[in-house]
Amino acid sequence: MSSRLPSWKELPIGAVILEPGSSRRYKTPEWRTSRPVINQDKCIRCRICWSYCPEPAIIEADKPYVTSANKRYEISYLIDYDYCKGCGICAQECPVKAIEMVPEVR
Amino acid sequence: MSKVLTIRDLPREERFAPGHRMCQGCGAAILMRHITKAIPKDAIIVHATGCVEVTTTLYPETSWMHPWLHIAFENAAAGASGIEAALKVLKRKGQLPAEKEIKVVAIGGDGGTFDIGIQALSGMLEREHDILYVVYDNEAYMNTGIQRSGATPQWAWTTTTPVGRVWRGEWRPKKDIIGIALAHKVPYVATVNPAYLPDLYMKINKAMSIKGPKLIHAFSPCVPGWRYEPSITITLCKLAVQTGLWVNYEIENGVLNVTTPVPKRKPVREYLKLQGRFRHLTEEEVNAIQKYVDEQVAHINKLVGKEVIGPVET
Amino acid sequence: MGKVVPLSGNSAVAYAVKSADVDVISAYPITPQTTIVEKLAEFIANGELDAEMIHVESEHSALSAAVGAAAAGARVYTASSSQGIALMYEIMFIASSLRLPIVMTIATRALSAPINIWNDHSDFMAVSDTGWIMMMAENNQEAHDDIILAYKIAENPEVLLPVVTALDGYFMTHTTEPINVIEREEALSFAPKRKTWFTLDPDKPVTMGALGDPQWYFEFKKQQYEAMKKSREVIERSIDEFARVFGRRYNAVEFYGDENPEVVLVAMGHVVGNIRAYLNKMRSKNSRVGVLKVKLYRPFPEDLIVRYLEDVEIIGVVDRALIPGSSSPGPLHSEIVTALRKHEVNTKTLSFVTGLGGRPVTHEHIGVMLSKLSELKDKPVSELPREPLFIGVRE
Repeated sequence: MSSRLPSWKELPIGAVILEPGSSRRYKTPEWRTSRPVINQDKCIRCRICWSYCPEPAIIEADKPYVTSANKRYEISYLIDYDYCKGCGICAQECPVKAIEMVPEVR
Repeated sequence: MSKVLTIRDLPREERFAPGHRMCQGCGAAILMRHITKAIPKDAIIVHATGCVEVTTTLYPETSWMHPWLHIAFENAAAGASGIEAALKVLKRKGQLPAEKEIKVVAIGGDGGTFDIGIQALSGMLEREHDILYVVYDNEAYMNTGIQRSGATPQWAWTTTTPVGRVWRGEWRPKKDIIGIALAHKVPYVATVNPAYLPDLYMKINKAMSIKGPKLIHAFSPCVPGWRYEPSITITLCKLAVQTGLWVNYEIENGVLNVTTPVPKRKPVREYLKLQGRFRHLTEEEVNAIQKYVDEQVAHINKLVGKEVIGPVET
Repeated sequence: MGKVVPLSGNSAVAYAVKSADVDVISAYPITPQTTIVEKLAEFIANGELDAEMIHVESEHSALSAAVGAAAAGARVYTASSSQGIALMYEIMFIASSLRLPIVMTIATRALSAPINIWNDHSDFMAVSDTGWIMMMAENNQEAHDDIILAYKIAENPEVLLPVVTALDGYFMTHTTEPINVIEREEALSFAPKRKTWFTLDPDKPVTMGALGDPQWYFEFKKQQYEAMKKSREVIERSIDEFARVFGRRYNAVEFYGDENPEVVLVAMGHVVGNIRAYLNKMRSKNSRVGVLKVKLYRPFPEDLIVRYLEDVEIIGVVDRALIPGSSSPGPLHSEIVTALRKHEVNTKTLSFVTGLGGRPVTHEHIGVMLSKLSELKDKPVSELPREPLFIGVRE
């Protein structure tokens, strides 16, 4: 956000917000005390972490990945650290324990 | 019977933006994210004042991608009624394209629905508006700081039902919102729980296909209000179902269908012990809650005509 | 031009609402407003008006549903009185803050307790701080015409504020007068239906009713203030156009009486008509008196009022509402004193409180007020009563 806030003349009337989904501009990384890290080798692409994320801060990306065991996945689950608040639901619910909560060091 | 969905069927596209200020691990946030995916794009949302409303629409930003209106605390159902009526007449008069079908969805918390909004809700249900009303129930006024509501369960600590030498938390049982809706002879009511997402989608899809007023009651754990670690929101959601305290069901034209059968129940203690709001409970009080759940389960099994929720596993 | 038919005040209002081709009517029964909505229900039932009627379970929901319907893009109407207006109070602020051009009629009535279904201006005055444009009619024709004017003003893109049109309960709502009915085509050509405000459209999704924190809230209040101020011009233009089209002119403020008055009564609503009749009766006495009718209450047309009153010796403001404990317990008096003071006009003022709870303001009462003013007009300000004079109360 710019340092100068708009005057009343510049704002749409009635406090109507014209841009849908604009809360994306607000990032919440500092809410975290620990960050989830996905082990892409262990991850079985079950979609559970993605489905339970409250933000949403887990992206289901069309990004192929080949595991060390040479298994190819067409998608990858990626944490969006701009929005992750570090609640840990993903790590808690992961059926193969492929997500680790790592303390944030600032 | 609508198509059985799995977690694979949930749409990837997000219709609820991050950057909202809901707490870490908020159950309602998970609900909102999936409600907005489950309802059509051509839908208008009316929201009662509450946690979700204030944390998702801090001017100049919004998390919503549907057209969205908030008026006040007690009138989401009335505002939605006005929108539904307007859409109907504007279409009839040719001011909106006749082929465009726009759905109306009202969302409120338990305070805005069970308590202050009950009159507007009753009016909306009675007047047969074609609206889906979703109540996310976190069992107290969480937005103002954990005051008891008509949805607060018996024995729960809140800031207005504190535990002291005389009081042992809330002493009255939770209001039966589904029973109230059913008294209005609505075509569809259902309960949903964020841990059971395909079930949630199926119910919202079904609700959307039924004309008339619908009520969906959603289980919505609250990290600061229920006093638990944010990582266990879904664990708690599952335990609520596994203990039989929360039953996922739907009632379509009077016919009850339990959508998440539980062959063997866990003791309710498993659910209670994870939450600070029940920390004060004695053995006897826990047993009293277990008895309450047992009775509720027996009642549901009787209504269904078979044992859909089994006995407590020992 | 439309036909002339005998109509009660409430029917006159309902006919105008029909001609405005409203889309959604959301209302709850309350005396003395009820027959407006009954008449509208009849029009819909007979296919004379294509509108949705929402039979809400309270006035709170009546206005809430009206807000929803207006936000969805409909032309919306509601009406209420007294306790119903009090119950709407919360949502009145929200309707004006969301900038929705809702039109609502107040059939003015006293507020409880004691419960009293009869006329005064307590309800109207109680909501005068809610950000709505507010006008009050003197007779049924004006009440009819005000509806069409109200939509024209409310939906003007420079305004976008809700409008209250008021008429006196019973004295007008339930008395019959010949009404020149504005037909639908005339109404819609004067106040065409245009989508001038933000609406809830899935193709262009907006968020309405956001949270405005200390960093933002103030700017929207300033916007509302400016829109209300701007509405004065729009109202004046609309009045002019209305007069051109329909041949009837309703000024924001209207003076009747002696060309060079020494004594003026300021009043609102049907009582103005009573005072006119009284002055006509007394005209032979060649007294320099007049009556100033305040039609427009929000925005308060202080400039016009000052212009009419600056050369007057003394005025008496007739209030039909009472705010105990206020420095000026008559709300209209309070507005006028402020206007005069702001413009450094030293016209003496007296406050009359009268006609509460449906007690008629008779010619005898008007006579008492005028003679009190004549008696005091040459006294210094220091000798004028500082408290309101209660006219017609039993001491």
